[in-house]
Amino acid sequence: MRKTVDAMGDACPIPVVKTKAAIQELNGVPGTVETLVDNEIAVQNLTKMANQKGYSVTSEKLGENRFRVVLAVNGGAPEQAAPEETVCIPDARRGNVVVAVTSGTMGSGNDELGAALMKAFLYALAQQDTLPSTVLFYNGGARLTCGGSASLEDLKALEAQGVEILTCGTCLNFYGLTDQLRVGGVTNMYDIVEKLTKAGLVVRP
Amino acid sequence: MEEKIVFCKGGGCTAKLGAGVLSRVLSRLPRGPEDPSLLVGYDSRDDAAVYRISDDTAVVQTLDFFPPMVDDPYTFGQIAAANALSDIYAMGGEVKTALNIVCFPEKWDLNILGEILRGGSEKVIEAGGTLAGGHSIAGDGVLYGLSVMGTVRPQRVLVNNRGEPGDRLILTKKLGVGILCTANRVGEASPEGMAEAVASMTTLNKYAAEIAAGYDVHACTDVTGFGLIGHLREMLDGKRSAVVYWRQVPVISEAKRHADEFLLTAAGQRNRNFAGESVRFEGVPFAMEEILFDPQTSGGLLLAVSPEQAGALEEELRAAGLPAAVIGELTERSEPEVTVK
Repeated sequence: MRKTVDAMGDACPIPVVKTKAAIQELNGVPGTVETLVDNEIAVQNLTKMANQKGYSVTSEKLGENRFRVVLAVNGGAPEQAAPEETVCIPDARRGNVVVAVTSGTMGSGNDELGAALMKAFLYALAQQDTLPSTVLFYNGGARLTCGGSASLEDLKALEAQGVEILTCGTCLNFYGLTDQLRVGGVTNMYDIVEKLTKAGLVVRP
Repeated sequence: MEEKIVFCKGGGCTAKLGAGVLSRVLSRLPRGPEDPSLLVGYDSRDDAAVYRISDDTAVVQTLDFFPPMVDDPYTFGQIAAANALSDIYAMGGEVKTALNIVCFPEKWDLNILGEILRGGSEKVIEAGGTLAGGHSIAGDGVLYGLSVMGTVRPQRVLVNNRGEPGDRLILTKKLGVGILCTANRVGEASPEGMAEAVASMTTLNKYAAEIAAGYDVHACTDVTGFGLIGHLREMLDGKRSAVVYWRQVPVISEAKRHADEFLLTAAGQRNRNFAGESVRFEGVPFAMEEILFDPQTSGGLLLAVSPEQAGALEEELRAAGLPAAVIGELTERSEPEVTVK
């Protein structure tokens, strides 16, 4: 069994906490856990844990601020990192569609209705046969990826199918939600501009 | 209170820049002409600047601030102030005046800021000083601390690097507050464990310093962001070595459990990296190694005192209710620089 943990953007000890949770989910079945982190100190803290627990561990630098740590749990040697991700569900991302969620509500008129529509939109989005490559959340949209959002399950389902879920970091700061993010990663304006300008289609609910 | 203080990526002294990075930058700063009245500058990597203004008075100046490490603003204010005031005590000084330094998001509830400042000013009063003003700016996150001015007789300045071989090392507070706060951030710390950490962090080093003033203390520093090993190495200053007996080091016991669960900070690992090969551990449990590198917010004083007086000083500190202990001794320079056994 193989598990992947995305701990990019997470400060210590969160990468270790997430990796331990993934190891737990193996339920004692031998397997590997692959954790992505964005700094070398996190690599060292994960390696330290692996050494203490007796897991064999390898790590490599994938790029600037991007590291992969592979832990082999229950003695086995770590598998060679596959050149491409193992995908259980066929890749349904097509045509580089980017969904930009700019508010907690869909449409204008009544906010209560708008919030219900947005929840329904994200639910339906997660059920599509063809998925977007990225869903961006900014301004009022930032609340949807944070604790208390009614759409977390749907967004996690999207993420599990390879859809990139990104929330604007400035917006999280502004709303005081930096420690409330529950799904996906944090992004910045350069990244948002690049995603939007290079998209084949931008969908704005 | 509606809005919680947002945890910047781990507050308190875990937010400190690594010693390695810092010394690289500092070593390149241009120096002006030497001023003979500057008794302690950053050449000695000491806790504060000491400047002689007359034969019997020197001014001690220090500045410290950081992001919150606890959720309660009043407690945060107390801890940040106790931490900033500590540098005066580490130099053997008395607190005279303090200035607030604050960064606070404009849109937040100002009552939060009020609570932070209340906690801080209570500690300044407890220290016997006067809060004389401050400076605040609006910004994204919360930062709070103090610039503190104290005085000391020039002959009584306690520097961090004049310990002698044979001196005993005394630590006046328990280690492990960094790990406790980190565990608390991910919901793993017990209320009792956190209470112990908070009580330790809000305790002024004033009481330990006042007792130590009656003894033959050769060197003193406070244990903060660089952890016990880091600050001990500053005390050694490349001229001495030290042996630490890990079983004697006072530790918040819950910190061991969290260290064994790897609830560790990036700052702790940076401290380990910076110490590198200069530390040798002989049969020390993993958790204890981590605790010795754990960045401390408002940590205790580390004192080097003559061997004849160490026992009496330890006893008097303990009688005052402090968890002080003799944890090791200084030796002639040898390899490795620090041995923990």
